[in-house]
Amino acid sequence: MTASPLVRDLLRMLEPDGVLCEPEDLLVYECDGLALFRATPEAVVLPRSTEQVAGVVRFCAARGVPIVARGAGTGLSGGATPAPGGIVLELARMNRILDVDAEDRTAHVETGLVNADLSAAVRSKGLFYAPDPSSQFASTIGGNVAENSGGPHGFKYGQTVRHVLGLTVVLNDGSVARIGGPNAENPGYDLVGVFVGSEGTFGIATEAWLRLTPIPPFVETLLFSFRSLLDGCRAVSEMVAAGVEAAALEMLDDRTIAAIEASVYAAGYPKEVGAVLLVELDGTREEVEAQAREARSIAKRCGALATSEAVEEAERARLWKGRKSAFGAMGRIAPDLYVQDAVVPRSRIAEVLAKIGAIADRHRLRLANVFHAGDGNLHPNLSYDARDADEVRRVLQAGEEMLRACVEAGGSLSGEHGIGLEKRDFMGLLFTEADLEAMGRVRRAFDPQGVFNPGKVLPLRACRERVPAPAEEPVAP
Amino acid sequence: MAEIAALPRPGPAGPIDSPDALLAYERSLDCVHCGLCLPKCPTYLLTGREPSSPRGRIYLMRSWAEGRIAASERLSAELDFCLVCRACETVCPAGVRFGEMMEHARDEIGRARPDRAAGGFPRRFLLHFLLPSRSRMRRALALLRLYSFPPLRALLRPLLPKELRRREALLPRVPARLARLPELTPAQVGRRGRVAILRGCVTESLLPETTRATAAVLARNGWEVVAPEEPPCCGALHAHFGEIERAQALAKATIAAYEASGAETMVVDSAGCGSVMKEYGALLARDPAWKGRAVYFASRVRDVCEFLVERGFEPPARELRARVAYADACHLLHAQRVSSPPREVLRSIPGLTLVPLPETELCCGAAGIYTITNPETSRALLDRKVEILRKVRPDYLANGNPGCLLHYAAGLRGEGLPTNAVHPVELLAKAYEAPGR
Repeated sequence: MTASPLVRDLLRMLEPDGVLCEPEDLLVYECDGLALFRATPEAVVLPRSTEQVAGVVRFCAARGVPIVARGAGTGLSGGATPAPGGIVLELARMNRILDVDAEDRTAHVETGLVNADLSAAVRSKGLFYAPDPSSQFASTIGGNVAENSGGPHGFKYGQTVRHVLGLTVVLNDGSVARIGGPNAENPGYDLVGVFVGSEGTFGIATEAWLRLTPIPPFVETLLFSFRSLLDGCRAVSEMVAAGVEAAALEMLDDRTIAAIEASVYAAGYPKEVGAVLLVELDGTREEVEAQAREARSIAKRCGALATSEAVEEAERARLWKGRKSAFGAMGRIAPDLYVQDAVVPRSRIAEVLAKIGAIADRHRLRLANVFHAGDGNLHPNLSYDARDADEVRRVLQAGEEMLRACVEAGGSLSGEHGIGLEKRDFMGLLFTEADLEAMGRVRRAFDPQGVFNPGKVLPLRACRERVPAPAEEPVAP
Repeated sequence: MAEIAALPRPGPAGPIDSPDALLAYERSLDCVHCGLCLPKCPTYLLTGREPSSPRGRIYLMRSWAEGRIAASERLSAELDFCLVCRACETVCPAGVRFGEMMEHARDEIGRARPDRAAGGFPRRFLLHFLLPSRSRMRRALALLRLYSFPPLRALLRPLLPKELRRREALLPRVPARLARLPELTPAQVGRRGRVAILRGCVTESLLPETTRATAAVLARNGWEVVAPEEPPCCGALHAHFGEIERAQALAKATIAAYEASGAETMVVDSAGCGSVMKEYGALLARDPAWKGRAVYFASRVRDVCEFLVERGFEPPARELRARVAYADACHLLHAQRVSSPPREVLRSIPGLTLVPLPETELCCGAAGIYTITNPETSRALLDRKVEILRKVRPDYLANGNPGCLLHYAAGLRGEGLPTNAVHPVELLAKAYEAPGR
């Protein structure tokens, strides 16, 4: 192995096994959960402490070497795709739970910690960490913070930003700052709100103080099957209108069901139906039972074919594991998968789904739908084969058309996966030049040289010209 | 700054020149890179490195098949670093058959780089010389038994170089010689049929109690038990370590011995052997003369606890007061998806308390001959297990795979813990034999 000068310098700051630079190692870091975009980093570093992260950042920033932070590489917008000529800063080794305060319901953790490991660790104290992206059994707190991840239960409990009290962040000069803190109330600017969802472009979070939530006393998961997605969507709208306060409202179509039922996560979803709606209710037994009655009668009115319910934890876990494995299960359909992530007003889901179906048909692509119906967060899944250059082109074209359809319906570009590389060039669909410039100014305040995750989130000038920004009032996200 | 564009992938290139390589390549395409396997992979847990995760290794194998990387030293080292515990298969929503893919990839890359093979001489000695011959294996174990004689060991051990001395601590202890298991053990009560069991390459000498207990428990439940002398080995280790041709030869010998035995079922007390036997159909898929026989044989293979629960067994009447922790063997849990039968067998024993054991789905580091090929990682995983056992402190650690039992035994012995590592059927046999109240 002939180490480049960069690698030799990095090795001075880390243990010998903390720097990867052989071509085979760099190759596997060329993409994250979105394998469509690839770039090879110069080196990968695996620090074990905030001090090491600070050292690496100070060194790289001074030399203009781009830094892309990475947790488990499960992101779906290319947020952890390496920057050409830069390094990948892998935080997987910083995965300790530093402290849990059961009384104050907070946890202090390193950001390489896997999301689900936190809930598992505090379960005996009657607590859990609420954000539950489908990747939660692999994805890290740091990645969740970067993307402001949601998940099925985001409908009731809110996205990551509502559960982060404070962060230890490494800024672009290598200084270490604490923003927010262990307490719920922090005076001064709400920098946590600014930092969460910044997709690795403001700095690198190495520690987090998180809010824990009491496990609800009673939980019930209802499963309704429908002849069509449309019937299911109608039921969702009516449930929300009637004040059913679900913890989660999830819809899966027939193709998604077939892929999951063929996998180790087979959840016993009914086959040969058009769609399945999962409704989770939590609270006291009385509350849950009253809501369940309401939900059942609405579903029946909207043409539900069958209903079943699960109260036992193991049974509920099975229903949810099936839902959460949907992405991976699509591997059965074709070698590659492109998951779109867009938001539409709940009232227009059915109409937009019809458009999305027509777009997939027009481009001769296999479409499966699975989505967070409660908050209108759609996930059209397009299965394809990346070895077929024409199909790759059609997937990208269809993805763009789907986004436009969502935005035209008054929706937004991303519900929870982030903008990353994938949607950067579509920001102009939603924001004016002035909006984007305001975001750019905040970014430059944190990172004037542009070393953190360059080329992501905000369009480069050239790209903005390609997708003209709307002339009149932008649509609120 | 250079722009990153969306790229199509190249199709298969160069090295795909055999049906096996093509098969491995096609398997790699099932992976959509979701990453759910990462936290279940022992080597990823230890290192936090993507190339040492299942997703990373699939990416490497795929890239190699596409001609993007060569069969380099780094590639083969990474593939050899994998324990092939197959924990990733249990959590893979796309159903990627990682174990099979890895066996083929190791085989192909091994042929491209005959010099590479981790484990060097000891590995070749074991896989090529000892395992394929029962008599050689017996003679080698006799030597080891001689060495285990305490005064001799005390004399010789200090003479070993430091590195070897550390490895020596993990050497199995060979128990005093027991009379060999007869070729035929008659059914003890009303004969239900005839089954074949595996004498095992090392079990009959290193874990004689396990083989005996298997035969005794089966006989006690009305089964006539045949234990053929041949074949010496089922080929599991060869398959895992990518020596497919040798594995195929041993598989044929095993199938022939079973066919000649007149048994209705092949009952196995070794998770690793059971898992490869259940996959003989795939191993011999391209051999027209053997494919049908292999598929049928595979359908007749059962783990011993699986067999007992499936066909019914007599719960012991007498008590065995003990706290027992059951540790899943990867090749039972992940490869064969057998998790409740061994626990049911243990729960049937009156007086026995099954205590929960954390991280039981995580590999112990034995992994066939991984102790030889990657001693440090093997040791790190064992230490993790011993640390947990120190807290749980069971009387027995029950596990369904000989390699794991020997590995656990070495770890427990090293720490001076009072726990005994045993196969679940040994406890069942003990309960059957327990004196009346």
